[in-house]
Amino acid sequence: MNYIALKMLMGDRGKYLGIVMGLTFASLIMTQQPAIFVGLMARSFSFISDVGLPDIWVMDPKVQFVDDIKPLQDTELYRVRGVEGVDWAMPLYKGMIKARLYDGTFQTCNVTGLDDTTLIGGPPVMLKGKLEDLRRSDGVIVDIDGARDKLAKKPATSGGKPVPLDIGDTLELNDRRAVVVGIAKNTRTFQSQPIIYTTYSRAMLYAPRERKLLSFVLVKAKPGEDIARLVQRIRDSTGLAAYTQDEFKTLTVNYFLKNTGIPINFGISVLLGFIVGAAIAGQTFYNFTLENLRQFGVLKAMGTSNWVLLRMILLQAVLVGSIGYGMGVGLTALFGYAMRNTILAFKFPWQLLVFSATGVTLIVAFAALISIRKVIKLEPAVVFKG
Amino acid sequence: MTTPELAVKCRQLVKTYDTGDQKITALQGIDLDIHMGELMMLVGPSGCGKTTLISIIAGILDQDSGQCDVFGVDWLHLSSKDKLLFRAQNIGFVFQAYNLLPTLTAAENVAVPLIINGVKRQLAVRKAAELLEKVGLGKRAESLPSQLSGGQQQRVAIARSLVHNPRLIVCDEPTSALDHQTGIHVIELLKSVAVTSDRALIIVTHDARIFDYADRIAKMDDGHIDSVAVVTQHSQFNKEVEDVT
Repeated sequence: MNYIALKMLMGDRGKYLGIVMGLTFASLIMTQQPAIFVGLMARSFSFISDVGLPDIWVMDPKVQFVDDIKPLQDTELYRVRGVEGVDWAMPLYKGMIKARLYDGTFQTCNVTGLDDTTLIGGPPVMLKGKLEDLRRSDGVIVDIDGARDKLAKKPATSGGKPVPLDIGDTLELNDRRAVVVGIAKNTRTFQSQPIIYTTYSRAMLYAPRERKLLSFVLVKAKPGEDIARLVQRIRDSTGLAAYTQDEFKTLTVNYFLKNTGIPINFGISVLLGFIVGAAIAGQTFYNFTLENLRQFGVLKAMGTSNWVLLRMILLQAVLVGSIGYGMGVGLTALFGYAMRNTILAFKFPWQLLVFSATGVTLIVAFAALISIRKVIKLEPAVVFKG
Repeated sequence: MTTPELAVKCRQLVKTYDTGDQKITALQGIDLDIHMGELMMLVGPSGCGKTTLISIIAGILDQDSGQCDVFGVDWLHLSSKDKLLFRAQNIGFVFQAYNLLPTLTAAENVAVPLIINGVKRQLAVRKAAELLEKVGLGKRAESLPSQLSGGQQQRVAIARSLVHNPRLIVCDEPTSALDHQTGIHVIELLKSVAVTSDRALIIVTHDARIFDYADRIAKMDDGHIDSVAVVTQHSQFNKEVEDVT
């Protein structure tokens, strides 16, 4: 009977494709939109991920997320270093500084100042040059996306494409000269500003004059030290906020979730995808069953049980659901692949597969349920009606 | 002379439909016997209860009261599961609108009753193709219903009604959607391949052209059987029936 069920389904190509397309659409929306959302949220803490090395981030207690800088006094660094269980603690500057471009316009850049001695907190991947080159006079490292795009130089010919910034090129940061000594690859940030690395002391020169400039203290725990306890000790002894990497990421994501309309916007898209998918697939599947009601009646009259008919409908539903889901997820993956080198945020964790699978299953279950109800209630005597 | 074995025995069958506003009594105490090897036709005006009667005989509708035995088994004494099984094994159907599954080939359509009875698909389709040869459609086994004429579709439906060797075949207006010549071919085919000593046929029809092919004709009116006539006397009966229909 499974064969008959499948032939009933696939024989009516128009309806079959309609149901599959509806489910594909729903599956696509329910994976692609959340993937962009997850990508955006991941970007919000990409700076924390890129710094990587420290176990603990120490900052002003009023800091709400990674870009919400509330500077500390430099002396806080030494207080943190004095906490028992701290292996090392390094200063990190993070701030927005304007760079002057070749055409006189300004571009706000995310400048990171690394400890002069250890250069801890540097970019995850160096594409050109070395991290140590930061010690050269006026040396800065620029991220590749910024170098290619927002900080690019004047086109070689009129109307041509801007020339990417390269080693040896100079920038003007807050009226001070900076020389590019390296190009790095960073994870894109939420704000998508160019990222510039320099030493902590040089960052103090580029930064606008303020009484306090230390953004974070990066802490490494001694081997075998309980991180959670050390975090608590730092809080207790310095009065500062201290978070593990994961806690700081969570703090940042939560800020965006609570204080921006992003989750609602994406949530609405996903909900619309679900509703439209359910409407198209559910309606088409139901129509398909209605149009085949007489055929189901014939099968019933010939001795097919309700249980077998139910299995036939479920098989049809599972098949269209699986194909639609697979196509939707496949299209999302293709979309992500095509957009991998663009500014678009996209992250496709396995949880999204489960999420969209659940959504498609609900749609298919709904569609199957209304169809099953109709077929179960069907009187086989309907076959004798002209 | 011995009385032929009874295929169907109906006694005081009553069926009422509740339409909400009113109750319509479709059958008002029907008594009817159909014998093995017999082709019985049910005739009468629209709404006289013919379809209700064959639905009850075929076990797809329950009567309100009375008794309907098919091969000695009372439908009302069977559980739902046994009823399905009994129907799957013993009843064949031919419908006015053919009711072939449009996405299955002719052979696959014919194979459906066998598949319902648990026969493997390949074997069922092979048997179906053999039967299609018998009804003259051997070369159209792979055709879809939409590629067949009305007469050919009805021949496929007849093959489908026979493929699992049922002992009772119930036909609802099998010729009324066909032109005269095709209708005659279809009823001749039914008579030649379906009527055997171990099987009974019951045909509901308005089609006076095919009355000659019946062994007996039961004339119904307003939920009653007015008369049952043996077809050797049909000339006069035929005239009466034409008046009624």
